[in-house]
Amino acid sequence: MSAVELAPHGADTTKPKARRGDIAWRWWLVMPALIVLLLAASGPLLIVLVYSFLEPGNFGGVVWNFSTDGWFQVFFTRDIFDETLVTPATAHLDIFWRSIKLALYTTLITAILGFPTAWFIATRAPDVRPIWLFLVTIPFWTNLVIRTFAIMEVIRNEGLVNNVLRGVGIVSAPIQMLFTDFAILLGMAYVFLPLMVLPLYASMEKLDFKLLEAGYDLYASRLRVLWHIVLPLVKPGFIAGSILVFIPAIGAYVTPRILGGGRNLMLGNLIELQFGQGRNWPLGSALALTLLVIVVIALLFYIRSTSQPEGQRHG
Amino acid sequence: MPSSATRSDIEVEKLSKVFGSGEDAVRALDDVSLTIPENEFFTLLGPSGCGKTTLLRMIAGFEQPTSGRIKLGGSDIDDLPPNKRPVNTVFQSYALFPHMTVAQNIGFALKMLGKPKAEIDETVSRMLKLVKMEPMANRKPAQISGGQQQRVALARALAPRPRVLLLDEPLSALDLKLRKEMQVELKRLQAETGITFIFVTHDQEEALTMSDRIAVMSAGKVLQVGPPREIYNHPAERFVADFIGDTNFIAAKIERANGRSATVRLPSGTALDAGLPEGLSPGEGESVTLVVRPEHAKLAAEGPLRGTVENAVYFGTDTHFHIRLDTGDLFILRSQNAAMANGLPETGDAVSIAIPEGAVQVVRG
Repeated sequence: MSAVELAPHGADTTKPKARRGDIAWRWWLVMPALIVLLLAASGPLLIVLVYSFLEPGNFGGVVWNFSTDGWFQVFFTRDIFDETLVTPATAHLDIFWRSIKLALYTTLITAILGFPTAWFIATRAPDVRPIWLFLVTIPFWTNLVIRTFAIMEVIRNEGLVNNVLRGVGIVSAPIQMLFTDFAILLGMAYVFLPLMVLPLYASMEKLDFKLLEAGYDLYASRLRVLWHIVLPLVKPGFIAGSILVFIPAIGAYVTPRILGGGRNLMLGNLIELQFGQGRNWPLGSALALTLLVIVVIALLFYIRSTSQPEGQRHG
Repeated sequence: MPSSATRSDIEVEKLSKVFGSGEDAVRALDDVSLTIPENEFFTLLGPSGCGKTTLLRMIAGFEQPTSGRIKLGGSDIDDLPPNKRPVNTVFQSYALFPHMTVAQNIGFALKMLGKPKAEIDETVSRMLKLVKMEPMANRKPAQISGGQQQRVALARALAPRPRVLLLDEPLSALDLKLRKEMQVELKRLQAETGITFIFVTHDQEEALTMSDRIAVMSAGKVLQVGPPREIYNHPAERFVADFIGDTNFIAAKIERANGRSATVRLPSGTALDAGLPEGLSPGEGESVTLVVRPEHAKLAAEGPLRGTVENAVYFGTDTHFHIRLDTGDLFILRSQNAAMANGLPETGDAVSIAIPEGAVQVVRG
């Protein structure tokens, strides 16, 4: 078997290599984006990294003395009276855990809700699909804070849902939904759903629907066609959607602040607290970087799961 | 009635399919009845949009008939979904599962049928051997050529041993050389497996070379069903004669009609014997259209047709003479070339055309 025969049918095997000038030109094209990234992302990140190793100022800000206290306080608490008495910072760890948990649940909920939605759009006639996609993006038109307050209006004790439930007589006392994890989850699922639907739709749109017919023809029930053919083929969409939802969800600030009240903090709120009332910028910086590390670990996990050869899993 | 010697596999009874409704309604299939016996290579031949793919999709179960019935081995299958019909399809685009290897593609149906792993492995390796794809077992579809994908698609559809294999223009994406190879290959596979093949194509040559019987379709109707020789030599309809091979149409009048044969009189006054299609019984003096194949007519010193050579096109194996008849019609005559090209007419020469017995057929339309 020669190399030429191995190439996929119609593949252009005689494509010339890019010349040196082309490569230089490509660097020039990417330069503006690189500059923005360096100034807007890497610069501030470097500042945060430096701050995390300094001492907090009394009224906020930092004092330029090297200290690992910020990082220490992420995970441990020193007793106020006895500095040598060290206990794990359970409050912080709880918030870490809650953030990860809520972000995972949000990803799961948006995936479950987003799949049928994306499927619905992908199976419409090509000329009406843009309209449906357009409708999916409508929530982005309104400010996040306003939309979150709208949810609050719906689920608060004297809100729409409780009034209806009480009016119909299903419940006698209002169900406490606001200021619970449920409220945060509801709000985040609502906010991030389009971020799941759009990449899912993109991968479904490329799906060859003849493959479903082929599966159905080869004795697979509809459910097994979904499981054996559709899901493996739209997996890239799920992965892209999960990244787009999980990362902002774990650092969410507005939604838990409004719908979680003061009690149900997430990482975003905890970090904000250190730069505000807490007046502990080094701790805030260390917490922010810890969040970054969690996100990077999650990303590495995703990358590993995508680069795994398919054949080994189905064998 | 189907003959008692061979059992019929597929019976299509008065099948119609209408897409859409109201003014936009399209009658894709119009009162089609067919009987396809076991172990036959049956071809649905027709131009695109004639309803052949719709008929195939209804047999597979992807489309529901508007009216009529489909029987498989004597029992109704109209209520069965595609995954419950012992019928498999080879798709025009192959539709191989891109995330599975060649072997997994071939084993898919057996896995869905819940066969034990040992049996699946055994069948898969037998299928790989049958289509000569053993070295490619662990490749993904994107890593093999179009011709190889075609073989895998065939193996995948044959693996569960369906009663009927449906092939939807499976060779149309291949280049000419590969297509010729696959035609032979398909014929071999059909003979080896003994499975009924229903093959859809718009390529008349493909239909003639491969089929046991051909159904020629046009505008949702089956115009004629028969073995390739009969379809070619005795077309019943003008459309069939025109669609399959090159054809000369000649106007004539009926002198006498008797069963399947007739005597017709040409405008030149010569009488000829001609075949009559089944069910056609024209009266004396009625105008009819005759069909004469270009290679059946001969240049001769004397003949019923006379004309002038307008053009002589050399094709290597044969020469095509474009002859303007005295009646004004154009007649194409194909003459096999000999080593010596002595005495062949040239442009402007007056010639006579002889038509051997059995070469004239009356057609409808």
